[in-house]
This record gives sequence, C-alpha cells and structure tokens, in this order.
Amino acid sequence: MASNCKGCAEFEANKKALDEVIEKYKNTQGPLIPALHEAQQIYGYLPFEVQRQVAEGLDIPLAEVYGVVSFYTGFTTKPKGKYRINVCLGTACYVKGAESVLDKFKTVLGLNEGDCTEDRKFSLDACRCIGACGLAPAVMINDDVYGNVTPDNVELF
Amino acid sequence: MIKNVNELNALRDIKRQELKLRHGGKVSASQEGGRMQILVCGVAGCLSSGSLEVASGLENLIKENHLEDEVKLIKTGCMGLCVQGPLMVVYPDKVMYTKVKPEDVEEIYESHIKGGKPVERLMAAEADGKIIEDALANHSFYSKQMKIALKNCGQIDPYSIEEYIGCDGYQALAKVLGEMEPEDVVDTMKASNLRGRGGAGFPTGVKWSFAAAQQQRKKYVCCNADEGDPGAFMDRSVLEGDPHSVLEAMAIAGYAIGSDQGYIYVRAEYPVAVKTLAAAIEQAKEYGLLGENILGKGFNFDIEVRLGAGAFVCGEETALMTSIEGNRGEPRPRPPFPAVKGLFGQPTILNNVETYATIPRIILNGVDWFNSIGTEKSKGTKVFAVGGKIARTGLVEVPMGTTLREIVFDMCGGIPNGKAFKAAQTGGPSGGCIPASALDTPIDYDNLIALGSMMGSGGLIVMDEDTCMVDLARFFLDFTVDESCGKCVPCRLGTKRMHEILTKITEGRGTLEDIDKLEFLANNIKNAALCGLGQTAPNPVLSTLRYFRDEYVAHVVDKRCPAGVCKAIVRYKIDKDTCKKCGICKKHCPVGAIEGDRKTGFTINRDKCIKCGVCMEQCPFKSVLRNA
Repeated sequence: MASNCKGCAEFEANKKALDEVIEKYKNTQGPLIPALHEAQQIYGYLPFEVQRQVAEGLDIPLAEVYGVVSFYTGFTTKPKGKYRINVCLGTACYVKGAESVLDKFKTVLGLNEGDCTEDRKFSLDACRCIGACGLAPAVMINDDVYGNVTPDNVELF
Repeated sequence: MIKNVNELNALRDIKRQELKLRHGGKVSASQEGGRMQILVCGVAGCLSSGSLEVASGLENLIKENHLEDEVKLIKTGCMGLCVQGPLMVVYPDKVMYTKVKPEDVEEIYESHIKGGKPVERLMAAEADGKIIEDALANHSFYSKQMKIALKNCGQIDPYSIEEYIGCDGYQALAKVLGEMEPEDVVDTMKASNLRGRGGAGFPTGVKWSFAAAQQQRKKYVCCNADEGDPGAFMDRSVLEGDPHSVLEAMAIAGYAIGSDQGYIYVRAEYPVAVKTLAAAIEQAKEYGLLGENILGKGFNFDIEVRLGAGAFVCGEETALMTSIEGNRGEPRPRPPFPAVKGLFGQPTILNNVETYATIPRIILNGVDWFNSIGTEKSKGTKVFAVGGKIARTGLVEVPMGTTLREIVFDMCGGIPNGKAFKAAQTGGPSGGCIPASALDTPIDYDNLIALGSMMGSGGLIVMDEDTCMVDLARFFLDFTVDESCGKCVPCRLGTKRMHEILTKITEGRGTLEDIDKLEFLANNIKNAALCGLGQTAPNPVLSTLRYFRDEYVAHVVDKRCPAGVCKAIVRYKIDKDTCKKCGICKKHCPVGAIEGDRKTGFTINRDKCIKCGVCMEQCPFKSVLRNA
C-alpha cells in the first residue's frame, strides 16, 4: 500500500536523502549546521521528526539540535509556502517605507509574519537586510529580489 | 594546473593581452580579446533590475551575427552605481550605459556594436543631463573614488580565475611564498597600518602576530562574510565581484601565521555570493592555487565555506567561531582571544572580507604606497554602502579622511525631492548618527568614535527631515532586542527595557524622567555587556540623544513628533486660510475621516483619522498641516 501513496513515497525518498546528508557530514568538524541547511532544503522546513533523525545520525543530543534550530532565524519549524515572500526590513528599506509594504502584504494575503496560507502557496516573512539597499524597499520572493516596491504595487505580485 | 611562478606569469601575460582593451590598450583586428568587450553587471541591484535579460539579449544578437570572436560579453560584479542599473560598459570606447532595458539591446547592437556610434540617450549622465564620457573615471560619482578593495569589482568576470590572474591575481601570493619569510609577511602587515574593515578597526598585522607566535600545529584562518549590518553590502559585492582576492589573501594569512585551513563564514541570505565563492574555490584548487604544494613552494592551504543561518550576533568573532563549530552562535568571554584559543580551541585569526580584499594590493604595491593614502591613524581606503534618502544609492570606495559632504553631496547627488539633510547613520545598529554640523569632518575610525558613532562595516544611511530620530533609535533597538543572543543579562534585559521606554516615548506617553533613565541604562549596558553586540547596542540611542535631544523632548513634553512619523502623536489639520475647498482630500481619505462639503469647507475627524498622511500628500495647495 505504501507504494501507492504519493505522500509516503515522498517521505521515504526524503528520508533516504537525509540519510545521505548525514553520512556526508558525519566526519566533518562542526557538522550540525551544514546538515540542517541541507535537511531544510529537502523538507522545506525542520519538523521534529527531521530534527530527531539528524540528532541520532550525528550522535548529537536532540536538545542541542533543537537549541540550534530555534536559535537561528534561518531555520524554521513551520512549513513555508511555494512562494516565500520576504519583505526586507533593513535600515535602508525601513527608512524608505518598507513597513507599509509589509502591512499591505498582510492585508492582501490575510497573513501574519511567519505564517503560511492554508493551500501552502504563499508564506510571508519580514527579514533582515538582504543587501539590496540600492533598490530599497526590496522584497525577496524565493530567491528573486524585487526593488523599489511600494504598497500600491504589492497587489501586482 | 599551475605548478610554479613561471607558469603563473606566463598565463598572466596571455590574459593581460586580452584584458588590454579594458585598460585603454590599442585595438587591432587580430587582438586576442576581440575588438570590443562589453561588461554587464550581473549581480546585486543590476541583477534585480533585469541585467541578465539584457546580457542574454546581447549575447543572442552577437551569436546570430557570428561576431563571437570579435565582440566579447562579460558578466561582472558590482560597478557601484546601483541606482542606475542595469549598468553596462563598452570597451575600448569606455562608454557606460545606465538603466538599460531588454528593449534597448537592439539599438545598442545596431548603433554601437555594429555602427560604432554610442547610443547617447542611454549614456551615463550627470543630474543635469550632461553626458559624461569615460564615466568610470569622470562621472562625479566615480571621479573622487579610489579603488583598492573594489579594484576588480565590475571589471572582471568573477567566475574566471584567468581574468583575475590577468589582473596580477595570485601574484601577491607568489611573492609571499617565493620571496618572504612568514615573519616578514606579518611585519609587512604591521607596517602597513591596515585596520580591520569589519567595524572595530583593530590593526590586522598585530592580530596576525599574536596568532603567529602560538606554537600549536593546527591553526585556522577565518573570513567574516556574515555581513549583518542592515544597509551594508560591500562584502557581498566583493564576494560576488572578485572572490579570488579574498581567497588569495586568506592563503597569504595562512602562510604568515602557519595555518593550512581556512573557513569563510558567509550569510545564507547571500545565495549568489555563496555560489560565486564555491565556484572560485573549485577553480583555485583546479589551478593549484589552493590545495597542496601551492606553486611548488611546499605550502598547503585549503578553504571551506560555512553558511550562517540568520543570526546577527554571529558577526561577532567568538560567536562566529562557536557557530562554525555547530552550536548556537553565542559569544564567549575574552580572553582567551581567538588568536590564542579560537576555532575548535586552536589559534585563529578572523578578518573581514574587505580587509582581505585589500591585502594583495598592499603586498604588491608596498607599505609606503598604502601609507601614503588616508589619514594619520587610518590608512588606505574604505568602502561605503550609501543608501536611504539619497539621489544615488550605491557603493563608493574613498580614501580615509574624505568628508561626509563629499560622499553625500558631491558623489551621491545629495538628497532627493528638495529635502534637507538631517543626519547620516553609520555602523548600523552598533553605530550612531552624524548630524549636519559634522558634514565636513574627515571620516576615519577615530573621528567617527569621537562623534559618538563608529565605522562599522561601512553602511551609510542618509536621512532627511522626514526621519524621526526617536523612531529610528526605536527601530535599531527593536533589531538588537530581536538579535540579542540572550547569554548575558545587560544585553538581554537591558535592551528590552530601553526598547520599552522608546516605544513609550514614540507613543506620547513618555516623561522627562524616562529620558534620564534611558541614558542611565544605555551607559550601563555599554559597560557591562559581554560582546560587541551588547556593548554597542545603546549607541543609536546615545548618539540621537546627543544630537537630537530636542526631538525626544518634543515627543515627551509637547507630545509632538517633529518629523511626523510617530503615528500615535501626529495630528493632521486642514488650514482654513489656504484651503480652496476642492475636496480632493476627502476623495482620497481611505477611512472617510474628512467631513464637510465644498461649500462649508472640510475638517478632519480625529476619532476616525488613522494618520496615514494621504490627505497631505494629495492636497494641491499644501493646506493639510501636520503637527500644527
């Protein structure tokens, strides 16, 4: 039955991929953070099960793994949308009105910061400076940066 | 694989011929690099503005017309004038095009590439529309710049180690390995008086000498590419535009202190930089310029890239090392200093990207040359990322001692929309504000400290009269509260309390006593926090209090925000005397807070008003007043 279930097959494939990642980093110095980065790439986020697999695989206490995951904003334990919207709130963007851009996204999508729409299509986050200060205010959607965003053109996205 | 210095030089000489075109060399039909080279910025701002579409459009036209041997297209790193992107420079004509759109490509191809006639309407021009020839040298944005760290940025293909070699790349490493003892390298760095470009300004040579003196066999060379200061993007530009300069300098550092392993800790938020770095390391290994027995001199050095995961505190040196080790990025008390006991418990040196990018030039051009640039105690140049309320946002590299006025007004075109300069913020959340009265102070490490700010990594955010300084201080504290790692009490609790007081003031609930309390807290946190983050966190508050105390007082006593930013205490009013009763304000008000009609005139219902300011923006007669 498992072979007929798309979700299960995906789960198995991901688990195998994660095992490979763990194997790859087992013998490097300071393996945890690179391993978590790749785990997040596979799953899109770091649910408890994944953290446990990493902890067991690298022989690091689960508490420490959770400690690291919760410390860095780059790691998330909540799923993200297909389109990850990141509104830059760095100084240059803030001074040029990034907050009203973020507010507009919140109203348009009906989301709060850090949340994801139910269909997992969009998720909204505010982020630290993405180094596109020349184009402030900037918004990053997945890996693409959009510059000079105003509340008025938010809906165009 | 380059086995020795002779082979390196031979390759350099070949590539030099190709690069000659970009340095004003003579053009001949049979030239190696073709008759024309077109450089398109392919990173950062220009990338976001669509430079890759422009590049691929041109590439297609060149291919369709079989001009591949004659016309070369090169995607480079940042050229600096990000606001005018996508940028493009055509050699040998030295013509710079700005704001090039995919639909302009055809015209550039027909007129310039084929016809030899530059497209004037796209050429870089001054604010008054005057076209500037050889803009990279003559345009007011560039003419006062002096490029050392950014020398190759925007001039070479970052994915080509050969172009870097053609620009004397890896010559400094060859010189060091061939002609100098490790202690000579350390002495050279000391004599150059180079100070760390990451913020604190510690002398690089002194740092190296501490690590060199340690006897352990395993030592590490680290590069801090965790550029976290909001508003700073020079490290990103170096990594994306000239990654080999950093690798070369790290190898030089490895030779000087006796290390064979380097780590570059780079932000995960910079995916392009990570990709460029990985490609550069791969190439350097392939060419034998990293790895074992480099240039046949028996020196081994390898570099690994480690990704950050979004924690500002990891830009602090001990936190960075803790993070590479795979832990929560919490700082450690010093001493022991990293030069004695750093990464994995071994002696470690950590320098910033821009510092490294400067080092090969110092080795090649000599310490006397470097010492001839800058001010008495700050030598060389500094890159500033200029942003905020400024006509030309972008990246500038200037000799230390250049004044803020020169950067803001002469180079970056001043404040747009006829507004007045209020202050510039340097050093990010660790720095402070420089008021208009200090516009003519030469900028160097010590002058900035005396002004109550700091160099930081070189972010320079310009603010005009519409920026509220109390709100700005609150914004930075919001940042530090969020980014405080929580290890030490002064930072964890202190910044939170400061943030609460600032919020209270911006909401018009503050008292004069609160301002004193704020100052007291700030000074205590400065003295007692464990690491650089906490020790500098109060700086935005202290410096705004120093120069803009009257704004704090206005918020507290008059319950008024002079810049009109703090919504809780802003009041809008329609001036009956100048109002022409046109009704535009009423039409635009999103919440229906404007009452009245064209006969009686209009008033704002304060209970309904959400203080968005739309009425003020829309009024054609400037009859909507703020804080009147």
